[in-house]
Amino acid sequence: MSTTENASGAESSAITAGLHPSSGESVAPAPRRGVGWALLASELSVLFRRRRTIALLAALAAIPILIAVAIRLSSSTRAGRGPAFLDQITQNGLFVGVAALVVAIPLFLPLTIGVVAGDTIAGEASHGTLRYLLMAPAGRARLLLVKFAGAAAFCVAAALTVVVAGTLIGALLFPVGPVPLLSGDTVSVGEALLRFLAIAAFVAISMLGMSAIGLFFSTLTSVPVGAMATTIAFAVASQILDALPQVAWLHPWLFSHQWLGFADLLRQPISWQTFGDNAVLQAGYVVVFGALALARFLTKDVLS
Amino acid sequence: MSAPERTAPSAEPTSALAIETRGLTKRFGSQTAVAGIDLAVPRGSVFGFLGPNGSGKTTSIRMLMGLVAPSSGEAQVLGSDISTGVGDVLPRVGALVEGPAFLPFLSGAANLNRFDAADRWAPSATRRRRIADALDAVGLGAAASKKVHAYSLGMKQRLGLAGALLMPRELLVLDEPTNGLDPQGTREVRSLIRSFADGGTTVFVSSHLLAEIEQVCSHAAVLSAGALVAQGRLEELAGEARVRVVTPDAAAASTVLTQLGLAVQTTPADAAAPVATDAGPVVLASVGESGVDLDRVVDRLVGAGVRVRGFALEQPSLEDRFVALTGAGFDVDH
Ligand SMILES: Nc1ncnc2c1ncn2[C@@H]1O[C@H](COP(=O)(O)OP(=O)(O)OP(=O)(O)O)[C@@H](O)[C@H]1O
Ligand SMILES: [Mg+2]
Repeated sequence: MSTTENASGAESSAITAGLHPSSGESVAPAPRRGVGWALLASELSVLFRRRRTIALLAALAAIPILIAVAIRLSSSTRAGRGPAFLDQITQNGLFVGVAALVVAIPLFLPLTIGVVAGDTIAGEASHGTLRYLLMAPAGRARLLLVKFAGAAAFCVAAALTVVVAGTLIGALLFPVGPVPLLSGDTVSVGEALLRFLAIAAFVAISMLGMSAIGLFFSTLTSVPVGAMATTIAFAVASQILDALPQVAWLHPWLFSHQWLGFADLLRQPISWQTFGDNAVLQAGYVVVFGALALARFLTKDVLS
Repeated sequence: MSAPERTAPSAEPTSALAIETRGLTKRFGSQTAVAGIDLAVPRGSVFGFLGPNGSGKTTSIRMLMGLVAPSSGEAQVLGSDISTGVGDVLPRVGALVEGPAFLPFLSGAANLNRFDAADRWAPSATRRRRIADALDAVGLGAAASKKVHAYSLGMKQRLGLAGALLMPRELLVLDEPTNGLDPQGTREVRSLIRSFADGGTTVFVSSHLLAEIEQVCSHAAVLSAGALVAQGRLEELAGEARVRVVTPDAAAASTVLTQLGLAVQTTPADAAAPVATDAGPVVLASVGESGVDLDRVVDRLVGAGVRVRGFALEQPSLEDRFVALTGAGFDVDH
């Protein structure tokens, strides 16, 4: 976290006191810098209070709601058609969240992640606020870290939104009971909900690599839409490559390779193998693209 | 630390200069935006940084604030070298660069809160009060909770100034602070600058509107096409007093004035001065150290048969000097 040298105690005494024109007494200058969590708090509060973020999350929440309502209204659901888990919904409403994730992961979820991650630095640059944050001074590495943390928080919020909204609407429209797993075993509602939370965590982690890619593109431009579009295009390209058997050697290295690999969490006994593999893969992307973003951002001329 | 005095005594020996640059240069591709400037901004001064559009003022300030890396040259801000990072001096610097900038969907106070939160030296305990004080100082107290997209140009400019005042500062760097302000606002900014200077803060203020800062500056530097063409105390810069004679007998007048010891400006040194008026040609001569009795100048001219249609003793304004130094042309140099 510590990015700049700590100021010596001597410097604080050099700060001119009592300049505040409107206040009679002087505002004592900080003797030394604080830890700096305030920037993260401010970033998160701005991100999640922003209307665009709320709209993105609302759109994600609409996916399970649409699915549930559509299935509820149609008289019969033929088994084996449509995305996984869809046909199980009429028996158990708790499946709505997982079914909605399967629907959202290929395009809709990456779309929202791309918007948030692509906006991180480029959005500040386009508003001109980047120069004021840097002159505050936020510290370039610290600002980048906080921006990534914000994007990561959005990944968690996005995955949770789909699962929570799906579970709620499912419970509202369909019967709820013990959940049959892919291995044939049945678990209690409580345990099923815990497993859904684990799936939400899996999906949130799945999106971290893409967030790092978005962060990197965001340091390259002051046009946020450009960074967003490039990031989303990367996600689509990665999935297309993943579907081409000709480049099978590449598949394990694609950041989207295990996006839908959470089925292991619905088996008895639960297998964390894919969860771990995916986490390592995503961490690799975060390290590589984080380093690229840092290298770029530390030397970037801020001209916006 | 408690008494609101001027600069508190510092443990380390601090340079007498708040900003010092040597050969500071910035090139954008083939274009040189700032061409090796040597600035010396004394501590406690109000330093006017003047130059026409595109002369490199903002680019220079960006380099000083660590936003842009110089192509060559070096600079110190409050004794700290910008190449090793200005991170530890920036908390003591309040800045307004290339106009204010905010997230339009946040209120004025929320925007200031964000900038203040980014500063690790800014104590969070006093944040609310400092923001309220800064907003009051620029007359925005009533609009604090209004979204910035609903602010007028001048209100945004004021909010930008408030951002520079969030913490006690040793140095204020203000790039065109009066841009978009109404006359009251402009006057308030001037009095704000004065009050900060009185408190011991160094104020570095860039502008192309001389009249606006002439009254508050103690020092100035003039930039033209990226090069520093003049720098110094304001009195030194404005130039010496001169006489202006309107006469059809320009040649004879020049001879007389030269005999009197005045330096006739054959080609008007400043392009702003008209070489002729409706009343006839104009002869300009600087008084300098001639020690001439100005009351006798007209006498002597008339005595020599020069038809004097107009006579004036004038102190060239900084504006004349500015135009003389940077050229009267309207076109941006590059
Ligand atoms: N990002 C950039 N890329 C290329 N050239 C640039 C860039 N930014 C500025 N310049 C050039 O650098 C020169 C100086 O620009 P600068 O913004 O410093 O001028 P200024 O003195 O602040 O002008 P103004 O009074 O209009 O604000 C200009 O010629 C401009 O075209
Ligand atoms: Mg400028």
